Amino acid sequence: MSRIDVRKTYKLYIGGQFPRSESGRSYVVNDAKGRLLANAAQASRKDARDAVVAARAAFGGWSGKTAYNRAQVVYRIAEVLEGRREQFEAELRAAEGISTAKARTYVDAAIDRLVWYAGWADKITQVVGNANPVAGPYFNLSTPEPSGVIAVVAPRGALLGLVSVVAPLIITGNTVVVIASEDNPLTAITLGEVMATSDLPGGVVNVLTGSQAEIAPWLASHMDVNGIDLTGVEDVALATELEAAGADNLKRVRRPAPDTDWLAEPGLDRMTRFLETKTVWHPIGV
Amino acid sequence: MSTVFEYAPAPESRAIVDIKPSYGLFIDGEFVDGTGKAFKTVNPATEEVLAEVAEASDADVDAAVKAARRAYTRVWSRMSGSERAKYLYRIARIIQERGRELAVLESIDNGKPIKESRDVDIPVVAAHFFYYAGWADKLKYSGYGETPLGVAGQVIPWNFPLLMLAWKIAPALACGNTVVLKPAETTPLTALLFAEICQQADLPPGVVNIVTGAGDTGRAIVSHPDVDKVAFTGSTDVGKAIARAVAGSNKKVTLELGGKAANIVFDDAPLDQAVEGIVNGIFFNQGHVCCAGSRLLVQESVADEVMERLKRRMATLRVGDPLDKNTDVGAINSAEQLAKIRELSDIGEAEGAERWSAPCELPSNGYWFAPTVFTGVSQAHRIAREEIFGPVLSVLTFRTPSEAVEKANNTPFGLSAGVWTDKGSRILSMANRLRAGVVWANTFNKFDPTSPFGGYKESGYGREGGRHGLEAYLKGEDS
Repeated sequence: MSRIDVRKTYKLYIGGQFPRSESGRSYVVNDAKGRLLANAAQASRKDARDAVVAARAAFGGWSGKTAYNRAQVVYRIAEVLEGRREQFEAELRAAEGISTAKARTYVDAAIDRLVWYAGWADKITQVVGNANPVAGPYFNLSTPEPSGVIAVVAPRGALLGLVSVVAPLIITGNTVVVIASEDNPLTAITLGEVMATSDLPGGVVNVLTGSQAEIAPWLASHMDVNGIDLTGVEDVALATELEAAGADNLKRVRRPAPDTDWLAEPGLDRMTRFLETKTVWHPIGV
Repeated sequence: MSTVFEYAPAPESRAIVDIKPSYGLFIDGEFVDGTGKAFKTVNPATEEVLAEVAEASDADVDAAVKAARRAYTRVWSRMSGSERAKYLYRIARIIQERGRELAVLESIDNGKPIKESRDVDIPVVAAHFFYYAGWADKLKYSGYGETPLGVAGQVIPWNFPLLMLAWKIAPALACGNTVVLKPAETTPLTALLFAEICQQADLPPGVVNIVTGAGDTGRAIVSHPDVDKVAFTGSTDVGKAIARAVAGSNKKVTLELGGKAANIVFDDAPLDQAVEGIVNGIFFNQGHVCCAGSRLLVQESVADEVMERLKRRMATLRVGDPLDKNTDVGAINSAEQLAKIRELSDIGEAEGAERWSAPCELPSNGYWFAPTVFTGVSQAHRIAREEIFGPVLSVLTFRTPSEAVEKANNTPFGLSAGVWTDKGSRILSMANRLRAGVVWANTFNKFDPTSPFGGYKESGYGREGGRHGLEAYLKGEDS
């Protein structure tokens, strides 16, 4: 007699924990052939607000860690992901209906991307910072600092797309509330399990699953969110509405990127868009 | 209080400036009559009408954008960086040559003391053009690529009229963009003189267009579909309106907005220097400074001593004729701004803070406000939360560095901050923890073309000045 599988309940990932949606709602996620994969949590406004609170609470500690330490943690995510690669390949095949080779390519790229960004933690300051030769007896130095709490609408591409938008934000010290791809949310929660076991402090990355059109406006208008990355918003009218809502507290905005090739090596822009430049002056004298 | 020295009047001659009775718009290299109405610009120190200035209509703005587009496609974007640089160097030199004229005109139109326009504003304007001129043929080393954006629409405030023009126009032109710039409606005159300088420099027509007007003209520029880049310095409310207006477009935006900076004085600070820094932080340019140190956070153990020294120093500030070389604090820029300062100060009193103003005689004509300090201010008071944009200081106290950080960061703004202490490690720790774009340690209100300036949070986004200032005017290597 064949054994009955123990199925996994997919919940949200908020503040390092895996709660169900406070709304008690879930929605059906099917595989590429239309068969039931699982019921995913359908996050509400309250879940989004809880996620922002968790991200804000984590910001001081995470941004205050040394760059070396953040690099170690993000590298650790890559290590743990490598160890669970077969699970991710299987999930991608099921969710996206892609071939084994393609699934492997995406998992490889996601791991490599984490490693690539991990290395940036203690270099980005040197590349985008400056000593400024002012015309007077002053020490003057400009350095980048994270903008704060960033809301992200993740693109399709359940693993590589998600990693490609989240890694550049956390490596510089931001904390993140990410809305997973609405059609393929399950891998995002499994990635949450990887992050939860990689020494990433709770709240640095918070993953919501559910309706983009329902949740994103609450994050766009949230006054304690400092920036919003609209990469995964495919509805042009919704993107405009979200950008306009973000103006209420002058969020830093990254506009949608419909044609991004996630396999190509990224530039610095995903990091620098959500960095502030701080310039410190001090007199030189005796 | 200390004895006030007697000073004989030492007025700078205004014979050096020639103010015309009326001004048109500067479009495509020529001064043209606008199709809209005209408005008056007044000397805020005397309420004398200085000139009538054209208010650019939507059609005028459209003509300016078209001229800028033509100049961009046919001339400026095709010119080599080294040739663009030479035009900018020329402009920098002419500004130096006509520096006194610009300084006097700035003081007449704006109300700021001549010693400030002569020694700070105009020299920094020239330095800014000189600095960015040198970038024009070195953009490949900038880290932001070397592709310009196109036509930049730029809207600037009245507090540093020509300096804000330089911050906008110099990097834009160096990167190969052309510009349509609107000066503030109360201070258009130095921008119009700058247009004449562009003619003297033989700058190709349409590269710089100056359209005067008020909010409607600004909106027309910002929302014009053929503008690729919007740069704005001004109030946070207008900045938010601009951010909403450009949503869904491809326009690149930089915003340099309001502030409510904390100037933090620890008990080990050199107090005489700190008091000079407090005075410079809030009374420089009549407090019409977005990065003004308008919240003094003083450590409780030295609060009484600092306040005593501060009041003694404030009593020696000379308030009056902007053209007098001994004047420290000039006129408030407009009746409207004066009303706003008075209103918020009255609210400060009504909410329970204690008001003290320097004992000084104010001229009977013009717009004036005596340097004022409020003590007993709590974080909930409106004078501790809202930008007053005038010579009004709110004083709060703290006990520990952490309390100072918490109070300093307890604001939606994040433009600048000041720290005064003799302890090096404390300076660096405070500088790390303050959420502000510029931190002045044991100094305040210092500006330099090489030094990036701009805010965190609701103080806006983007940087002006330095290598960072190029990013706003280039396409970027990977975006």
